[in-house]
Amino acid sequence: MDIAKIRKDFPILKRKINGKRLVYLDNAATSQKPIQVINAISNYYKNYNSNVHRGIHSLAMEATQSYDGTRAKIAKFIGVKDPKEIIFVRNTDEAINLVARSLGNRVIRKGDEILVTIMEHHANFVPWQQLAKEKGAKLKIAPINKEGEIDIVEFKKLLSKKTKFVAFTHVSNVLGTVNDVKRLSTIVHRQSSDAKVLVDGAQAVPHLPFDISKIGCDFYAFSAHKMLGPSGIGVLWGKRELLEVMEPYQLGGDMISKVEIKKSTWAEIPYKFEAGTPNIEGVIGFSAAIDYLNKIGMTNVRKHEIELAKYAFGKLSKIPNLRILGPKDPNKRCGVIAFVLNVGLNGTLRAIPPHDVASIMDSLGIEIRSGYNCVQPLMDSLSIGPIARASFYIYNTEEEIDKFADGLKKVREIFQFNSKVKSQNSKTQLKSQKFNNFKF
Amino acid sequence: MTFEFIFLNLTMDFYREQILDHWQNPQNFGKLAKADLVVEQINPLCGDEVTFYFKFQRVKGSKSQSKISDVSFIGRGCAISIASASILSEVIKGKRVKELERITGEKVLDLIGGPVAPARLKCAFLPFEVIKKLTLPALTSRMTGRQGIDN
Repeated sequence: MDIAKIRKDFPILKRKINGKRLVYLDNAATSQKPIQVINAISNYYKNYNSNVHRGIHSLAMEATQSYDGTRAKIAKFIGVKDPKEIIFVRNTDEAINLVARSLGNRVIRKGDEILVTIMEHHANFVPWQQLAKEKGAKLKIAPINKEGEIDIVEFKKLLSKKTKFVAFTHVSNVLGTVNDVKRLSTIVHRQSSDAKVLVDGAQAVPHLPFDISKIGCDFYAFSAHKMLGPSGIGVLWGKRELLEVMEPYQLGGDMISKVEIKKSTWAEIPYKFEAGTPNIEGVIGFSAAIDYLNKIGMTNVRKHEIELAKYAFGKLSKIPNLRILGPKDPNKRCGVIAFVLNVGLNGTLRAIPPHDVASIMDSLGIEIRSGYNCVQPLMDSLSIGPIARASFYIYNTEEEIDKFADGLKKVREIFQFNSKVKSQNSKTQLKSQKFNNFKF
Repeated sequence: MTFEFIFLNLTMDFYREQILDHWQNPQNFGKLAKADLVVEQINPLCGDEVTFYFKFQRVKGSKSQSKISDVSFIGRGCAISIASASILSEVIKGKRVKELERITGEKVLDLIGGPVAPARLKCAFLPFEVIKKLTLPALTSRMTGRQGIDN
């Protein structure tokens, strides 16, 4: 894997941020796009822009071919035999909402149970929480252990005959944990035969080589924009027999086979779930992104990220009072490093607010995420507030991790500013005097 | 001088002065026992939250006006929002509620030592949102009403 060559494909990496060369470490939020993806989208608009599925002219045929051809490409990429089981949606959130609404709405009854885990992104938490609330069902939450992995013993205990849906993430967007989704799916199907399993793969498909068919889940959701593709396009995979009995999620054009004054019949899958003109440019860009990842090979992507994680752990372990969330073993996690940086002030440790960490990093050209990262229940359960997060992808280098570590040292320096020399009392007096005279 | 250079200095200067002082030693920090009014404000985007506690006193010789006799706050947030809360709490102590109507965003930025990056304005203004609520007619009447009962 030639990182220097890969980096040349990403025009944005040449950009300067606040006078410094961009170090992009917010890949878990969204990845950057290679020129091949950008060109594929622009080529579509320049040369064969047309609507899909509803015209017999040449442009319509070409656009339709590109659009539907991508289904087969995606199916192969994730180990699915039948491309018709690939449904295009806006993003992972929409994929999960589709399942919760179209199937969940129908099968969940009062007193039933839905099981999720505490490490879920809001996308795989709120739809189930609200569905349970509406139906009078119970939302159960599997805890994690100290290493940041799903506690299998507790997970098993929470399953029952009443469990109708189990939803968990493949890779945590904060802890970085790679869950053993095959084992979890097997446990669910063995203990609760009625339960359907949905896996949130938003953070997994971009980073891991794997086969959906080997997981044993019923639904799998992910987005293109975290894997070099454009935003606004994602995938729901579901087992054909389930998709066929599900009601449409939205109604309108392109999703019907026949419309009469008093009734309508639905189109076959996947079209039944794709009302209206779809995100054609998104699908075409997605196709180019998959070509790009195939060229590199997902095994190499994974290897590179494990190497970066190992390097980062080594580097960051030298920074005192830095707490990294999630598993310590780089083989059990993805290249997501969420952390709390503490600083010693007057003999006590205080966490430097993550927004300030991110602001100072930004002034150094280093882009990281800060905030709740859409996992508020997890943060609450760990009794920590918002956090800062750095996340890697194929174009990141060890040199960038060095800059990141140096940046953290700079942040700490700034926040330790004058803490030793200033006496609290004299300062208090000074400020009060100043503000007493302040006029609005 | 390039824009980037100015911005870098801005960010660094910003973190070098008042903000860090107040973050390290926030003033009026803590709950106020027997507060007349408690106002909470949350920024859902970043999870910053601040709660202000107020005590009011009727202004001598005035039937309708009250002043802030004591104020404190608790909160969780970035250095900018905590420092802004700390500074504002000092500024408004002893002020008439009516006077608070004159606070503007610009003045808040002056108080905390200058402009902040656009993405951080929300942080700087979080405590200001609380102060703005105080000047709402509904709350003003509640404050004066309550004032009567408490005294």
